[in-house]
Amino acid sequence: MSELLDTWGITVMVFLPLVGALIMMLVPAADEEMHKVIALATTLATGVWGAIMLWPSNFDYDNTAQLQFVTDKRWIDIVNARYTVGIDGISLPLIALTLLVVPLVIIYSWNHIPSPGNAKAFLMLTLVLHTGMLGSFVAQDLVLFFVFFEVVLLPMYFMIGVWGGEQRMYAAIKFFLFTLFGSALMLVSFLALYWATGAETFNMVGLAERVDSENVKLATQVWIFGGMFLGFGIKVPMFPFHTWLPDAHTQAPTQGSVILAAVLLKLGTYGFVRIAIPILPKAAIEWAPVIGALAVIGIIYGALGCLAQTDMKRLIAFSSVAHMGYVMLGIATLTTFGINAAIFGMVAHGLITGMLFFIAGSIKERFHTLEIKRLGGLILQMPKMGWILGFTTMASLGLPGLAGFWGEFPAILAAYQPAAGLSTGLFRFYMVVAAIGTVLAAAYLLWLLQRTAFGTPSEEFADDPEIHDMVITEWIAWVPMLILIVLFGFMPGLIFDVTDGAVQAGLSAIGAG
Amino acid sequence: MFSAEVATDISWILENAWIIPAIPAASFLLILFFGKKTPGGGHWIGITSVLAIFALSLWSAVAWIGYVDDSHGAEAEAEHAAVVEEFAVGDTLTLAAAEEPVEGEEHAVEATPGPILSERDWFSIAPFDTFKIGTLVDGQSVMLLFVVTFISSLVHIFSVDYVAGDRRYTHYFAFLSLFTSAMLFMVLSSNTLQLIVGWELVGVCSFALIGHWWEEKPNSDAALKAFLTNRVGDIGLLVGMTILFFAAGGTFDITTINTMAGAGEIGQGTLLVASLCLLGAVMSKSGQFILHTWLPDAMAGPTPVSALIHAATMVVAGIYLVGRLYSVFWVGLAIPGSNINALALIGGVTCVFGGMLAFVQNDIKKVLAYSTVSQLGYMALALGVGAWTAGMFHLFTHAFFKACLFLGAGSLSHACHHSFDMKAEMGGLRKIMPKTFITFVIGSLALAGIPPMAGFWSKDEILAGAGVWPGTGGNGTYYIPFIFGMITAALTAAYMSRVIWLVFFGQYRGHSQPHENGPLITVPLMILAFMATVVGFLNMPPAFATAIGLPESWGERFGHYVEPAGIASFPGDLGHANPSLSLAIVASLLAAGAGGVVWLYYQALYRKDSMATEVTGGLKDKHKVLAAGHTMLVNKYYLDDLYTETIAMGTKGPIAKAAYWFNQNVLDGVIDTVGKGTVGLGRFVYRYIDQGAIDGSVRGMGVGADDSGQMLRKVQSGKIRQYAMLMFGGAVVLVAVFIVAV
Repeated sequence: MSELLDTWGITVMVFLPLVGALIMMLVPAADEEMHKVIALATTLATGVWGAIMLWPSNFDYDNTAQLQFVTDKRWIDIVNARYTVGIDGISLPLIALTLLVVPLVIIYSWNHIPSPGNAKAFLMLTLVLHTGMLGSFVAQDLVLFFVFFEVVLLPMYFMIGVWGGEQRMYAAIKFFLFTLFGSALMLVSFLALYWATGAETFNMVGLAERVDSENVKLATQVWIFGGMFLGFGIKVPMFPFHTWLPDAHTQAPTQGSVILAAVLLKLGTYGFVRIAIPILPKAAIEWAPVIGALAVIGIIYGALGCLAQTDMKRLIAFSSVAHMGYVMLGIATLTTFGINAAIFGMVAHGLITGMLFFIAGSIKERFHTLEIKRLGGLILQMPKMGWILGFTTMASLGLPGLAGFWGEFPAILAAYQPAAGLSTGLFRFYMVVAAIGTVLAAAYLLWLLQRTAFGTPSEEFADDPEIHDMVITEWIAWVPMLILIVLFGFMPGLIFDVTDGAVQAGLSAIGAG
Repeated sequence: MFSAEVATDISWILENAWIIPAIPAASFLLILFFGKKTPGGGHWIGITSVLAIFALSLWSAVAWIGYVDDSHGAEAEAEHAAVVEEFAVGDTLTLAAAEEPVEGEEHAVEATPGPILSERDWFSIAPFDTFKIGTLVDGQSVMLLFVVTFISSLVHIFSVDYVAGDRRYTHYFAFLSLFTSAMLFMVLSSNTLQLIVGWELVGVCSFALIGHWWEEKPNSDAALKAFLTNRVGDIGLLVGMTILFFAAGGTFDITTINTMAGAGEIGQGTLLVASLCLLGAVMSKSGQFILHTWLPDAMAGPTPVSALIHAATMVVAGIYLVGRLYSVFWVGLAIPGSNINALALIGGVTCVFGGMLAFVQNDIKKVLAYSTVSQLGYMALALGVGAWTAGMFHLFTHAFFKACLFLGAGSLSHACHHSFDMKAEMGGLRKIMPKTFITFVIGSLALAGIPPMAGFWSKDEILAGAGVWPGTGGNGTYYIPFIFGMITAALTAAYMSRVIWLVFFGQYRGHSQPHENGPLITVPLMILAFMATVVGFLNMPPAFATAIGLPESWGERFGHYVEPAGIASFPGDLGHANPSLSLAIVASLLAAGAGGVVWLYYQALYRKDSMATEVTGGLKDKHKVLAAGHTMLVNKYYLDDLYTETIAMGTKGPIAKAAYWFNQNVLDGVIDTVGKGTVGLGRFVYRYIDQGAIDGSVRGMGVGADDSGQMLRKVQSGKIRQYAMLMFGGAVVLVAVFIVAV
């Protein structure tokens, strides 16, 4: 068994969803139930397979710095790109998050296929996305990473463009072009790296070693980092490259928003942690003050944006800008504390903001609007969902004891003493700004809660028979996320103990403390 | 070995105190999920669990007292001084590093045994030591365990009647349990990280309970205000704890931080900054001027909640924090030998300004709320002048008499139309509600510091602790805080005198048929009134004990068991002020006099008009300065206007809107313009170059369209490899430029 896992484990996990999508191709579109069953079975099988791989008897949790289940095969010889995949402590939490969220999205879709319907196409796209996301997190070769990174793009483009809201085309194209622009620059950087090091490999570890041994000029490194910075930064999204996000989120169908928030944004931050920093540590030190500055601007700016919103979903979208600011601040410190916090923040944000989008979707379905002014008294009309909204906003504002806190406070803490070579004074300034951001976060979230959940229902909806409390698919899809939010909140070691070893290894070139 | 004996003698509860917060946490979940289905709507679950933890807390108090007595058994006074000296420098770090309660041979003769730590691994991040979660049991935490569980028990029982028939009865009890759990979790924290967690969790419970009746907007506004104001203070908490974390070499451990601060291993400047940051958190949580404004608004919550959370327990979290990290403040603020510092000043200002505001309130709960602000100021003042025990003792006594007063106010309102308006709905209630009347008067006397009630003893210790009165000694000469303290002593008696007169004397001015309440409400009042009478004697001066015929060793028992004197994590040079009989007499006379004057004023008023509650055409109407002062007070020093109208509305109004305008018009404008420009360029290229020039020539040359079709199909076939290679090839050109440029 373990031999099978070592050689085929990751490949099976990554491509199983694609197999499911292929099977679905053979089933007529009219048989929607069948499609749902296949999609769910596929993602559950992927999840179980993943769980087996990550079970402590198979994955060595004492050695998370080490890539495990590594498969390294010939792929595109002409450019020395290889099919290299593996899992370590940095990718593990994100893989687990993906494995969890996608089946939940499909369960939620059971009775929430957005208009104009066509479950077949919708679910197939979800499965393709699944493969793309998992692939991005396991890839250890830059070309392979890039390919998976791009695979993610198209299904999401269609998801927004076909199943989205009123301005779906605008949002979809904006999303597509923005990301494509970023990934083009990213690719340029990858290629530049390839030539600059004369490495003849796209292997991440190999490149990092070559950058070190070949003494690539610092200026070159900085330029290359800049390309990656744009590529990943747009995906995060960092201020000022975030403007695609509110539109994409607002227009996307609920499932699209959830996946976008829970997993896709993490591709950007993951790129920094996995690729940009380990390969170009010196350039990272040069760039860190800029990243930190944009991160804290994002924190405040995103929060102000939230305060100005009149639409609940758009507000949640803007909150992502602020939350990802904390993640980026953690990364910018280039310390173990900061980057561990960043990874924790990615998972926490995935669960929490994913939940918020789920709730927003369910509210929209019942009220046909997300305009904050028209809502009110949700707890009276649907007590259970109202309280879940309350709980999730608390989690989102970084309440200690829930998952959000561990992405936030450690990142703030890390900024007090950033890596050697960074300006302590500057980062302490960032620290204070980020701490002020926590007040604003509480302000916009509680204000949202007050306006939507508290008070009494507006006349318009007071006697609306369509409005009902939670349905079974919502329970099944949400409860695991809610439980994890609490569990991670009280047992942060569940993530920190996994990531720490790998983060240390990734930062070894910086010699951070 | 002596050390081994002590170690084995530790009572089970002191090493397993985690169970005390765990029980109400379980109760919270049970009530939340099954409460509605159980008889009593879940209140039995809550009451059972809170009584259980009260019993456990009593056990731990007894066990702690026994533990302290035991470790004193072999104490040799003569060795004491030498040992402390040796210990303070050489052994501090081993104390911090060791997880077990340290009872090395050198420590066996300390004045007080060290805290009992029981910890387990929480999570780890290199290069720091594994972070722990656990309980730190010492006099201070045991004292708070007792206070919290005691008041919480009574509040639970009181609520059964008081909240009966409420629309969210079950939910109410669930949150009481959660609060109790969070508060105990915080009190027992062995490290600052855990403390932050507990600190915020109590804040959330406070939010939920203030906004208990969230259908009405003012209530949810009050809840938001409480939470957000506390968040402002929390900036200081997060930053301050971060500073201490790094200053102590990467640990959150409270004992280590204190020990290092006390031993001079952390620079005074660092400690000063850290303690000022933490003061921000103290100010918001413990309602210190100028971040106190949320506390009076928090009275929107149910009254038992006000008694428990906003008088006796949660709001003292800030005081607890200072007491917990006392070495940090001690060194950081340079408390010893000084005559002013930030903490003492904030405390002093708070107690006077809060007391003045209590004067102009017509809502009885608001009076009590400002009184709480004022008394919290006393506690901060005490800690600021170095009177640690006095501060903690006042926290202790205040919990009982203020809970008594709040529950008394609840009892009044329960009888009077659910109103708290003293002028419109009360008056002459002493005959109608005799039990409430007597207990309320006892609580008021205790608050006003009239001997021999509880508040007298603790207030007196604080005043003595300022070190100004001749013969008191103390840790410095804090003139200004002392004067503020004396003024407050007078103010407190005066406004309570006003309350008692307005509520219980004169004629009934309300519109309902008031009646005395049932035993679920009055019995807790009596218990609290009893406590408000007797707990002061726990820390009476030994000289007083002998004077009334008790053994001298009965004096200062509170300080003896609660103060961690003589251990490395507590300031070693902390001096104790001597009690002063003359000061006690003067302060008591001042209070009695002030109360008496107000009393006579209302008596005179009553003789003129039996329904009057204030003089029209009186002093404040004739005198401009007084009138202005009154207006200032009625408007709460305009702080609310500043916070709500200016800061909050400004941020969510103009500032947020401007930021969003920038987003939509500038940032997005650039993107849209680029997009539109590109499309325009594309159209141009297509129309004139592609279709015009190239396509024309292509058509002209008649090159096989087949090939290009083949190409396109390949491109579109979506094969990943080819797609990648294509992108790869396309980027080569760009890279070439890139490399050359660099």
